This record gives sequence, C-alpha cells and structure tokens, in this order.
Amino acid sequence: MSVAGKPVSERVLRTAFYSRTSEANLLNKWHSWRGYTTADAYYDASIEYFACRNATGVFDLCPMTKYRITGPDALAYLDRLVTRDMTRIKPGRVAYAVWCNDAGKVIDDGTIFHLSQGEYRLCAYGRHLAWLLAATLGFDVSVEEETDEIAALAVQGPTSCAILKDMGLDGIENLKPFGLTHFDHGQLMVSRTGFTGDLGYELWVERRFAENLWDRLFEAGRLRGIRAMGGDALDMARIEAGFLQAEVDFLPADQVVRPGRARSPYELGLGWLVDLEKANFNGRRALAREKAEGSSVWQMVKLVIEGNKPADASYIYAGTRKQVGFVTSAMWSPVAKQNIALATVKAPYGNNESNLHAEIYYQRELHWSRVMARCEVVDKPFWDPPRRRATPPADY
Amino acid sequence: MNSYDAIVIGAGHNGLTNAAFLAKAGLKVVVLEKNDYIGGAAVSRELHKDWIYSNCSYVCSLLRPEIFQALDLARHGLQVTPYGGSVTFMRNGDYLGSYWDHEVAHREMARHSRHDADAYQRFAAETMRQTRFIRDFLLRTPPDPTSFRYRDIKELLAIGRRVLEMDEEAIYDTLRFWTMSIGDYLDEFFECDVIKASLAGSGIIGTALGPYSPGSAYVLLHHYMGEVDGNIGAWGFARGGMGGVSNAIASALQAFGGEIRKEAEVQQIIVRNGKAAGVALASGEEVSAPIVVSNLDVRRTFLNVMDEKDLDSRFLERVRNFHIRGSSGKLNIALDGLPTFPALPKGSSLMHSDMHFIDSLERIERAYDDWKNKTWSRDPYVDMLIPTLTDPTMAPPGKHFMSCFVQYCPPELDTGEWTDQDRDAFGKTVIDQISEYSPDFKDLILHVEIRTPRELEQEIGLTEGNIFQGELTMDQLMFNRPIPGFAQYRAPVKGLYMCSSSTHPGGGVMAAPGANAAREILADLKRPNTVPENFGDD
Repeated sequence: MSVAGKPVSERVLRTAFYSRTSEANLLNKWHSWRGYTTADAYYDASIEYFACRNATGVFDLCPMTKYRITGPDALAYLDRLVTRDMTRIKPGRVAYAVWCNDAGKVIDDGTIFHLSQGEYRLCAYGRHLAWLLAATLGFDVSVEEETDEIAALAVQGPTSCAILKDMGLDGIENLKPFGLTHFDHGQLMVSRTGFTGDLGYELWVERRFAENLWDRLFEAGRLRGIRAMGGDALDMARIEAGFLQAEVDFLPADQVVRPGRARSPYELGLGWLVDLEKANFNGRRALAREKAEGSSVWQMVKLVIEGNKPADASYIYAGTRKQVGFVTSAMWSPVAKQNIALATVKAPYGNNESNLHAEIYYQRELHWSRVMARCEVVDKPFWDPPRRRATPPADY
Repeated sequence: MNSYDAIVIGAGHNGLTNAAFLAKAGLKVVVLEKNDYIGGAAVSRELHKDWIYSNCSYVCSLLRPEIFQALDLARHGLQVTPYGGSVTFMRNGDYLGSYWDHEVAHREMARHSRHDADAYQRFAAETMRQTRFIRDFLLRTPPDPTSFRYRDIKELLAIGRRVLEMDEEAIYDTLRFWTMSIGDYLDEFFECDVIKASLAGSGIIGTALGPYSPGSAYVLLHHYMGEVDGNIGAWGFARGGMGGVSNAIASALQAFGGEIRKEAEVQQIIVRNGKAAGVALASGEEVSAPIVVSNLDVRRTFLNVMDEKDLDSRFLERVRNFHIRGSSGKLNIALDGLPTFPALPKGSSLMHSDMHFIDSLERIERAYDDWKNKTWSRDPYVDMLIPTLTDPTMAPPGKHFMSCFVQYCPPELDTGEWTDQDRDAFGKTVIDQISEYSPDFKDLILHVEIRTPRELEQEIGLTEGNIFQGELTMDQLMFNRPIPGFAQYRAPVKGLYMCSSSTHPGGGVMAAPGANAAREILADLKRPNTVPENFGDD
C-alpha cells in the first residue's frame, strides 16, 4: 500500500545501543536528540564526567547526522562546500570544518572523514541534506544520509587507548590525532576524534554490529574504569575543551529568523578554518571582504571568570555598565578548577583591555543574589592535556 | 431613549470588539444584529439536537492575545485549546502526516523526501521572517503614504525601519514574497508533490486564487501569523465552538455597559448635513448616534445600507471594484461515531489534526480551474477537522462534530443562481471525496448542513460568501485596504467608521480591525484610548 515506506512511529526512536544504554541508565533520564532517545545521565553526571577525565567514558553518538559523500568529484565538491582546504586532508585523515552560506555565515560545523580515495563521511549536529544536495550542482558526486545505518560510540579518556588495545585493536596506539583506521576486515572504523578535548576515539560500525561492539568494549574496559557517559557529562567536557555547540553557542544560518543573528567563522573564533588562498568556496567573497574590512560584528570568546559562581545566561559588560554581549555556555570546571564560559561579545570588546564583567545571578536556599565578576579572555582551551596529542598514548 | 453615543452595525466578532472598546472608554454603545443570534461568522449553533456546530469559522489562532487580555475574555468564558498537525491522504493509499512533535514531523517528511525534510528548516525560518514582519502591524492603523501628518510619517518610518533591519537577502525575499504565488514559493524549497500540497492549503484558503496565482504566498502568512499562547503559527479550538469567541466579547461588552439588540436589521445609515446621524431599522425604527460603525463588508456598507447620494462617485466606483469573491463552502456534519481512516496507523495522533484529501499542487490548480469555469471543484480541497476529539462540549460522548471547509465553490454557477439541488450535489461531492478514504464515514452521518456562498451571504451577510470580507491581495492590503485613502477606518462621511474584515489587517477571527477602528474613533472623540498595543515579539 504505502509507497514511501512503512508509517513512522510517533514514539521517540531508539539508537542501535538502546538495549545496552537502557540497561545502564539507572536514573532513567533521557532527552530526545534528533528524535532518538539519548541519556542525560546514567548514574550521576559528575561521576560520568570524571570517568572521561580520569579513566574512560563512552558516549552513544548514533543520532549524530552522517552523510556518505562519494564520487569522482567528491573532493572538489567538499572543497567548494567548506572553508578549509580539503586537498590537504589525505585518505585516513579527519578534518574539522565549517560550511557557510553565500553570505559567509556558518550553516554548521562538523567533521569530515576521508575514508578512502573519493569516499568521505560528513558528520554534523544539524541536518543539511537539502543544502548538501543543492551544492552538488555541477559536480559528479553522490550525497546520501546514513545516520540510521551507522552506529557510533565515543570512547574518551586517559585509559581509552589501553582499552582499545585490550579489545584487540592492534596498533591503535599508533593512530595520530585526526587519523582514522579500520579493523575487523573493515567492519569497524576507528578515528582518533572526539568532543572532550582529551585522549579519545570514536568507533563506527554498521548498525547490526552495534551491540556486539558495546559488549566487547565494556568487557575490555572492565578493569580500566570504563563507564557509559550521558549528554550532561559530555557537555561539561566540551565546554572545557572550548568546543562550540551548534544551536547553543551559535545558530545555524539556515535557522536564523532575526537579522544579525547568524555568525561568520571569524565571529566564532574559527578564522583558522578559513583558507582564502584556496579555490572558490561558498561564502568566500563575503569572508574575504569581512577579513579585509575587519567588519566582523561579533566575537566568540573563552572567559575565565573570577569566583566560583557559574555564569549561566549572564550578560557581559565592558566595565560594569556597558552591555556588550552574553554567555552561551558556562560551568565550574572541575579539572581546571576555574569558573569558565563561552561568550559572544561585540567585536571590539573581545580582549582584556575591555575589562569585561559577567553579571551572574545565583540562588542559595531559594533566594537570588547577583554578583558582577571580572572576566579574563583566554586563547587556549580551558583543558588541554598533553595526552590528547601523545602518540602513542600512555595506558592511563 | 433610542439615542446612543455610538451604533455598531453587525454583531460579528469585530463589531462586538469595536463596541467593547468604545464601551470600555465610557461610551453608550449599541450593537445592532439582524439575526436572532450573535457572532456573525464566529458562531456556535445547535443545528442538530445536542450538537454544537462551529458552522462558519472553525479554528482560532489569529485572535490577538492583546485583545484577549484587554477585554478579560478568559473571565468571560473564552478558552482556546491548541491542536496540532495535519494529514494529507494520497491517491496511492499512502498519506503525509504533519505532527505536533518536530522530530516525528521531520521523520514523516523524510519518509516521503529526505531532501524536503531538511529543507523544511529553511522554509520555516524564511516564512517566520515574513510572519514577524506583518505581526508588528496587526494592531496598528496603516499609515497613509500620501500624508505628511506626523503620525503617518512616523508609521511609514516604522515600516521602513522594519525593512531596513533585515539582511539584504531578506529584503529581496520580502519584496518577492508579497507578490509571488504559494506554488512558486514552495517550489523553491521542496521537490515532493504531497509535501507541497499539504503546505499550499494555507496559501489558498478563503481566497479566489489558485496555488499558482500571484499573491497567494501572502495568504500563507495570513494563516501563519496567529498564535496560541505565544506559539506563533499554532491553531486552537475555542471551547464550545467559535461562538465562544463572540460570546465572550459580547459578555465583556455588556460588562462595560454596552447593549446588543438582535433581530434589529439596519436598512439605512442616516446621514444629515454630511454627518452620520444614526440608522433606520428594517422595522422602521430609527436609532440615533453621532458615531456609526459598520461591521458589514465594505460593499454592503456603501452599496446596500447607504444612500449613494451621500457619497462621491469615484469613491463608490472604488467600492464596486473592491474584490470580494466567493470561493469556499462549508459542510457541518453530526456523526454517530468516529469514522475510521484505514490508511492511518491505529491510534495515530493525526486523527486530531486537519485532514486533506488532495495530494498535489496540480490537483489543487485543477480544482481552481473548476471555480473559474463556474462550477464547484469536482475534486475539492477540503480542510476537515473533528473538533470533538479535543472539545468535549460540542457533541454527546462518543459522538462527533465534523467541520469541512471546502474550496473551491463559486458564488454563481454556470447554470445561474445556486439551487437547493446544486447545493446538495456540492455536498455529495465532498462527502464522496472523504468516503474514498473513510469507508464507514457515510454510515455515521446523522445530519449535514451544507453552506455554499449563497447561504453564507444570505444568513450572515458575507458578500459572495467571502470569508475574509475581501481578497487578501497586495492591492487590497495595508494602506490599500479597503479603499486607497480610506485605510484608517474612517468612511468619507463624518462620524461613519468601518471595522469589518474588509479593513486592515483583514479577515480571520482576529478582532484587530474592530479594535483598530475603536482606537481611531476614540482619538477623534479625544477620549482616552482603551485599545491595547502590540505585545511585540522581541
């Protein structure tokens, strides 16, 4: 009867690891991520967070949108799509990238895996098939969504390499950051990537191998502190790493309604991803102009804030009177022992000469108080351990 | 004793709203209604024992929350419950659902086209951009672009500022949007027929435009610019039917000391010394007031209940040229039980949503061709709902009321005037279409009220049965609505005002025209304003 496939369920979808994540989820705390049930926390967010900083945390990233990009023009297509030079990303390498609309505003960020010659996987937070297909005009390339077909786990933390070795992934210790390799006759792809700013890997399999992968991994990690990690813990780790979250720290340009709410890569502190020297790419003209004229309106800054009150949803002031921006992500960092935040401020104020302050509201026994806390603009990630880059990494 | 500060002609929701704000300001007001019930097209009627029909308008979104609040309509009994989603049944046995839940909606669209499911995001953002633009002007009097008065210049600048605030691309898009067709607009985002068909309905409902007629994209906006509790674009049911809206406004009016007289049909607006002086009723009675407000559409106001001698001929010519074309009909059905739609999964939430039975823009365009040929559409666009799945007050438990808005339906047939036989054949066309997707539907029918433009005009005075009291095309919007130079609710005769949907911002159960007109009247009387300002989205 049905021409377009069987009716969709109105129930929230289950990821390929649901049988395992539901077993592990003692709190029964879930949220819907792109329609898939995803754990907020399994036992306690801070314990899970410390697992990924001290041992290994495992995050189910199946709902991440995934596209398979193949064809003779795959490289040329991607090079026109994103702002960075894709010709430098050889097979077996992964690139973090952003792509812009014609006005040079960021549609999304994501990672591009060069699986083999002419074959790529693009992973993004948002869903962009309409944009990606429109951009195929003139290229001999095929773009297919494979979100539901590919299951993936992030395995993050100081013991992650040792666990993967114990799992039998021979030579995994030689995989460099942003490298990818295959095991099990190509059935398992492992990339040294992640959203925690720490030593870590991401494991990718076809959906049917998912449960087996989980079981092998947890068996191998039993003695090395492996734990399932929910979205709350991951969010803490990514803020410490200074990673931006789409729809939190910036709004994808194709969702923007109000004028001036979209951001260029420069405005997001991602100017290092823009290569104006390479061949033409989407948004190049606008970005070249923005750079030449210094016309960026906004600046994304990493802030270390005085005191210990998290600056969630705070206004940022130059001095203590002039409002110049707002915080998009904030937390007390347990590893850095710092009060940290990602904030958007008007471009001229993103420096320490501006004497930035955060207006912080905090609650104690129901009563609200307010403090104006001094902010220091920092360049480096709040958490950036050497093990993140060490090859081979230590066992713990 | 037959003397008032103001007379409002017609107890539709705009007339009642206008009167309520005048009464709130302390004026002695009477609303004169020709029927023995109030509400006009926002009405609940028991036309089958124990069944309450929303027999004209049937859903609520546009009613301005500022008015809801200012007239304290909650205390006067109005409750609006949101409902969500829609379903479009397809000829091949499949269907396209649009679900309340964003993710389920995406998944369902992706079942038909993954491209379109992702394209919806940009469509929604661009459409919201246009929606926000117009929402700012709903509770404002349109500026006169030829005037140099301070307030007109100020208001023109406000429009200009809203335009200039947009990004360059958005300005280009806006200029295109206001004149393009809904079909062309949708074609720019989507590739899948049924997805386009399901979204196009909002671009044609209530208008004599087809999906590829220029100007129909704006009509989409007119259906998206409402809200339920700040949820922009959402629609809801007024508990107890759409009469709940009119009854609550009437109750507010009476609480402010205003009067309503039913079965008091106005035959003539009396003009003395170039000023409005009152009205003469069909009964021969005269009611006097220095302010007369007409909630009749602009054609009926100036051509039916006024003496042409009191008006200038160029003005009357413009009134005659005002487009107010009938394009729709309505079936109201009492059901002995809930019909089943076998294409839908058991327990589907889509049963609570709008249902449509036409799955491509081409079919809708063909339906429009029938209208041009002066017949009702053989394969119509039906917007069908079963409010009793949400509202327990409209039918006995387990029984249902079904509302079917039908397009296209011409005001006059190729064979001449509508006859009762034509009307019944029109009704059969609709029932047959629904039956194709619901085999048990016909057997559940207890009573049907069929309304063609003929009934809509005769019973509630909508010229040609046009639900918006005038086409919503660019030439008849903002400062051109209803007549260029007369968009600020004042008629050419001193003391005479217009407050119907023929005026800005147009049709729908919005109450904004009634409120805007009241603000102008109070300004002329140098009375304190009682009409609220726009809440503002930001």
